[in-house]
Amino acid sequence: MTAIAKKKRPELDEGGMGYLQSLPRRVVTVYLPLLVFVIVLLFPFYWMTITAVKPNLEMTDYANFNPFWVVHPTLEHIRYLLFDTSYPGWLLNTVIISTAATFLSLLAAVFAAYAIERLRFSGARQVGLAVFLAYLVPPSILFIPLSVMVFNLGLYDTPFALILTYPTFLIPFCTWLLMGYFRSIPFELEECALIDGASRWQILTKIVLPLSVPGLISAGIFAFTLSWNEFIYALTFIQSSENKTVPVGVLTELVRSDVYEWGALMAGALIGSLPVVVLYSFFVEHYVSSMTGAVKE
Amino acid sequence: MAVPSAAVQPRPSILSRSLSSLAESRNALGFGFMLPAAALLLVFLTYPLGLGVWLGFTDARIGRPGIFIGLENYEYLWSDAVFWLSVFNTLLYTISASILKFALGLWLALILNQNLPFKSFFRAIVLLPWVVPTVLSAIAFWWIYDAQFSILSWALQQMGLIDHRINFLGDPTNARASVIAANVWRGIPFVAITLLAGLQTIPQSLYEAATLDGASRWQLFRYVTLPLLTPIIAITMTFSVLFTFTDFQLIYVLTRGGPVNATHLMATLSFQRGISGGQLGEGAAIAVAMIPFLLAAILFSYFGLQRRKWQQGGGD
Repeated sequence: MTAIAKKKRPELDEGGMGYLQSLPRRVVTVYLPLLVFVIVLLFPFYWMTITAVKPNLEMTDYANFNPFWVVHPTLEHIRYLLFDTSYPGWLLNTVIISTAATFLSLLAAVFAAYAIERLRFSGARQVGLAVFLAYLVPPSILFIPLSVMVFNLGLYDTPFALILTYPTFLIPFCTWLLMGYFRSIPFELEECALIDGASRWQILTKIVLPLSVPGLISAGIFAFTLSWNEFIYALTFIQSSENKTVPVGVLTELVRSDVYEWGALMAGALIGSLPVVVLYSFFVEHYVSSMTGAVKE
Repeated sequence: MAVPSAAVQPRPSILSRSLSSLAESRNALGFGFMLPAAALLLVFLTYPLGLGVWLGFTDARIGRPGIFIGLENYEYLWSDAVFWLSVFNTLLYTISASILKFALGLWLALILNQNLPFKSFFRAIVLLPWVVPTVLSAIAFWWIYDAQFSILSWALQQMGLIDHRINFLGDPTNARASVIAANVWRGIPFVAITLLAGLQTIPQSLYEAATLDGASRWQLFRYVTLPLLTPIIAITMTFSVLFTFTDFQLIYVLTRGGPVNATHLMATLSFQRGISGGQLGEGAAIAVAMIPFLLAAILFSYFGLQRRKWQQGGGD
């Protein structure tokens, strides 16, 4: 419901009261601060990119080369990263782990959200609140006991350690988000289906799920990004180099000695960010609605 | 309730038929539907939470299950100056970063709420720092803060504002300011975009009415925007405070708690003692010590939600 309201509003208010402001005033109060914000927020990405293609000579010689530009761009750092390190393996691990964790969480969350929001079993409200509270439990206080569990279960240093623990923060989030979407589907549709003799299972798969595809995409994209970005569990539960994920691999394997390979590090950060950025650019609206939806519901 | 009829069941599989017989009881069906999520959360969230509290009362180490030692871990921490320093650092980090994120995020949200050309483009750009993995953007900040080749030092020197390089991460005060700045950089988009969504639900007619009544721009903000935005501010900031308080990645990349523990947060200290140092019991005790602070923030969020329902004039 909120998503629909939000989409319509800006068109309704097109123009607003903006005409009350003169142009010079708008430049000072709106455009100038916006420009500063955009520059500050984007500069680290620019710096990452420019360093990734800079030859080592230019990188450390600020006297002869302007550091903000690159004179002889090189792909050497990227070549080193892709062919002389385990980076491609880390990328593959991260893709597999994120996809599996997202799929598992979405599956569990769809059933849970439907049960809480629509089946209204006794205690559904309390369970809904518990899901919200579970969302607020941070990984920073769980990683030590989880590491003990992971070790005792024999999952230490396997992808399953991460696939099974990521849902602890993904399921509460997805459930909470999907509850909001299911709430916006009119009850009448389900009542019609019930009268026509549909079972609950048919209602869920043939009516509710097709109507909540945007919600499923939002939850899926967001969950995928969260698992891609996860760090503390991956750092704690994975030991061997070939099983690491991108964030952990870049930080622990590319930083070897006192001489940092800044070019390779920046290339690693850049390439590791690209998949989520590309995904994000395709689904900006879904992404924003899932982020704000979690807060607004 | 559900009368089975062959006409509307195009493909009655065994699964759907057995489920439809269960549909008589919404409690049984509800239980079945909750099972996958509940099982995962109980095993990997609730149980570890309890296990963490238990570990805090033991002297467990990596590879050796501990025995119950009562409050010994907590007594030790109570007299440990580094632990108290980390508590102080965490509070300083959380409070200053949250205030900055709120002020700058609200400002950015108000700017983006204006009638701008390429509005959705700007909104998409602004969210980027939040989308990119924290560890990877923190590595970029590490390079920006480099003691020798910092681009910030160089730029300020070129402008003639400073005469020697800034030691961003080597000096306690600078290191604290640097990690807070990096955290604010990453947090602004989240605050700005959620507050922007809140701003867009405020009816434009309220502003028009207030303008006709002769309200100044400040009065418009103070008496229209702020009261209507309060519930969303409460929730957004609770989330922001929670994420900042339990932050680990940024510190682990930039300073690992140094110099001389000046940037050690409770989460990083817990990792250092529990995992790197192998003292699982002590690490767990530090993590448990974070819980009272988190509970305070969660209660705050709960009352934030309550007020929102009340403001909308109804229950759920």
